[in-house]
Amino acid sequence: MILDHLTSRITDPDRSPSTNDLSRRTFLQVGAAAGGGLMLSLSLPFANGDAEAAGTDGFTPNAFIRIGSDGKIALTMPYVEMGQGTYTSIPMLIAEELEVDLKQVELEHAPPNEKLYGNPLLGGLQATGNSNAVRASWQPLRQAGAVARTMLVSAAAKRWNVDAGSCRAHSGEVLHPPTGRRAKYGELAADAARMPVPKNVALKQPKDFKLIGTPAKRLDTPAKVNGTAVYGIDVRPPDVKIATLAQSPVFGGRVKRVDDAAAKAVKGVRQIVRLDDAVAVVADHMGAAKKGLAALKIEWDDGPNAKLTTDTVAGELEQATLKSGAVAQNIGDVDRAMASAITKVEATYQLPFLAHATMEPMNCTVHLRKDDCEIWVGSQAMAWVQAAAAKTAGLPLDKVIVHNHLIGGGFGRRLEADGVTRAVEIAQHVDGPVKVVWTREEDIQHDMYRPYWFDRLSAGLDAKGMPVAWNNRFAGSSVLARWAPPFFKDGLDPDTTEGAINLVYALPNMHVEYVRVEPPGIPTAFWRSVGPSHNVFVTESFIDELAAAAKQDPVAYRLALLDKNPRAKAVLALAAEKSGWGQPLPERVGRGVSLQFVFATYMAQVAEVEVSKDGAVRVRRVVCAVDCGTVVNPDTVRAQIQSGIIFGITAALYGKITLKDGRVEQTNFDTYQILRMDQAPAIDVHIVQNFEPPGGMGECGTSAIVPAVANAIFAATGKRLRTMPVDATALKQPT
Amino acid sequence: MAITIKVNGVDRTVDVDGDTPLLWVLRDVLGMTGTKFGCGMALCGACTVHIDGVATRSCITPVDSIGTSAITTIEAISATTAGAKIQKAWLDREVVQCGYCQSGQIMSASALLATNPHPTDSDIENAMSGNICRCGTYLRIREAIKQAAQSSGQRG
Repeated sequence: MILDHLTSRITDPDRSPSTNDLSRRTFLQVGAAAGGGLMLSLSLPFANGDAEAAGTDGFTPNAFIRIGSDGKIALTMPYVEMGQGTYTSIPMLIAEELEVDLKQVELEHAPPNEKLYGNPLLGGLQATGNSNAVRASWQPLRQAGAVARTMLVSAAAKRWNVDAGSCRAHSGEVLHPPTGRRAKYGELAADAARMPVPKNVALKQPKDFKLIGTPAKRLDTPAKVNGTAVYGIDVRPPDVKIATLAQSPVFGGRVKRVDDAAAKAVKGVRQIVRLDDAVAVVADHMGAAKKGLAALKIEWDDGPNAKLTTDTVAGELEQATLKSGAVAQNIGDVDRAMASAITKVEATYQLPFLAHATMEPMNCTVHLRKDDCEIWVGSQAMAWVQAAAAKTAGLPLDKVIVHNHLIGGGFGRRLEADGVTRAVEIAQHVDGPVKVVWTREEDIQHDMYRPYWFDRLSAGLDAKGMPVAWNNRFAGSSVLARWAPPFFKDGLDPDTTEGAINLVYALPNMHVEYVRVEPPGIPTAFWRSVGPSHNVFVTESFIDELAAAAKQDPVAYRLALLDKNPRAKAVLALAAEKSGWGQPLPERVGRGVSLQFVFATYMAQVAEVEVSKDGAVRVRRVVCAVDCGTVVNPDTVRAQIQSGIIFGITAALYGKITLKDGRVEQTNFDTYQILRMDQAPAIDVHIVQNFEPPGGMGECGTSAIVPAVANAIFAATGKRLRTMPVDATALKQPT
Repeated sequence: MAITIKVNGVDRTVDVDGDTPLLWVLRDVLGMTGTKFGCGMALCGACTVHIDGVATRSCITPVDSIGTSAITTIEAISATTAGAKIQKAWLDREVVQCGYCQSGQIMSASALLATNPHPTDSDIENAMSGNICRCGTYLRIREAIKQAAQSSGQRG
């Protein structure tokens, strides 16, 4: 979930050409593979971070394509599969240009290679997030496939002593149609490695795509339906012990006293580990560890945050929006425009802390030995894992071996290595490998949370009701400032402001400020749809308020501001049409719309909600129109939109982490509810077809649905909800 | 104490406290990690197994409460007619995303189909609403169960 802007800066130069000058960037090296065959080493821009910012332009490969003499094509890449379909979309890019079937490409996990991940400054940005995998690799992986294909063709032409132009690649072979000769890639791979690397390669025109744009079957699925898929929590090194833990319920608190006599008496409990701010029970199995944990009597020193409440945090943020902040965007002269406006609209919005609640609770397995350390974990950011373990264990980076595994839900949680640090701290007291597994309660109460936000907006409308001035000042935590400090500059970072600036609408005078406030006593982190998860709710709610103030239809009002943005206009019109916008609905049923351009993807949604007499909200149907440029795997696009929408409805209807006496009040799925099947709406997805560069898909659905639901509630009841989640008591029908 | 349970047709003897939840016996003692831990309170369904064919949350089922009943886990569900149909439908409809909850989803769905070959939408919701999916694959789960039920019909 790192910088959108970073990605686009790197990929922009390659936006459209079908021929690519490979010498412009040292992203690719070609040579012989160990054991014979052709090896391509790639430095994927995003995964390795910003080489310029890191002060080096050295070649640090992080992805490899090996074509073996046995014909096997193996891809090793730095992105991880979290359910978003990356392990299928990425091989499609290579297979397309290499002219092989998708099933011929075998994917290998990024290896625990200390050289690959050894530089935290470079490799530290190796992460899967911000919907970046396809966006970042779209150009380089196709180029790599084309380079390999060209060299295989050259090798065949040389062997047959014919012109390379008279040969062609097809389905894993090079053919020479005039003579009918053919050779498999495997037979050619060793020779190909000795051919000159082409300076230019032609990439396919979209009309010639065979794989890209077709619904490919997910490659990672079969193991996930028969119980054989191995997630981090499933690893079982020989003689591994299982530990679970209780951490200080107040962030920043400490262990004062522990009575562990009863815990030690539990059958299967081996050891109690006492740390400064946590106690762990090490046992033969999790059942014994949990029983031991329940038997512990721990007295805590709550520390400085003992009295912290959500209201304290919200109050500080509210105050912060009364002061000036860093200017994120300024267009025209807002003060002057406001002074001449006919109508003024003001509103404040608040969004709560949210937990990730991945289905696989946090866990990390560690085998700490005298001179080195082995880690088994499912992570979105391998290099952070390695760095955290090395620092905690006091080992050099190259003595930390990391095995990455499938991720049972990421959503930003597994971009953090706090769990690795904790597991290594425990492992320092344990002889042999130990798997540390968080209970669900620990997972929810010691998450790193989507920040709390407070936003203060005002707008001025002209005589026709159209916005002539737009003011937005918001306060909250900058996750990026902690996670990747170089990207926080002059009081701003590109994630925190995404969705609040560069709006799709033509606003002649606009002023947006951000005030960074880090709340005490509660850590914050990226959460699915990151900056836009906050900003799109606010801006799309507020534009809806302006339409209401102007007594205009919310769709028509938006369309009138989109003359210079045809792609945005098209998705909005499509969503409105498909949703039956404007057609009559029963009482207390309403439609709400949202529109956004974030993660380089245009999306419009129309939510249809029903509000019962007692204020309960049910989302009945969602229509989504999306323009994400070139679609690599349309089935994955649909799946990710469905997924993002359900994730966002959970947040809109239920999502809230609150603090009382410094403690997170929610504990498990009874108090932190997740949308279930009987509450899931019908979702229609309409994809706009074009061949623009691909936009991100993993997160858009989430940021777009929350304002669509809030706007639909307004349409159904006349009540404007400016905080989330939905407060049913505010929606009760008066009797 | 030594307790013998029958897992996927095989008698297994384990030495744990009798109140140990079956989930941990399966995962940590017997090494069968296909059954997942999600909440520990029967709130999410990730740990669902069959006990004598009934979908059961193993995270709150004490191992000494099972007696001679037959336990079936995700590792062996393909051997049942309903389980095989459900797994096939899951693949055909591309249900899975992160996949972590899907063992439990498949166990709940196959128990439903085994007793109710032609479930209505409301039957499906009743059987499946105890299973949380954070990736939000509910729409495809519903479609997949319907597909599996249709294939039951075709076979008579």
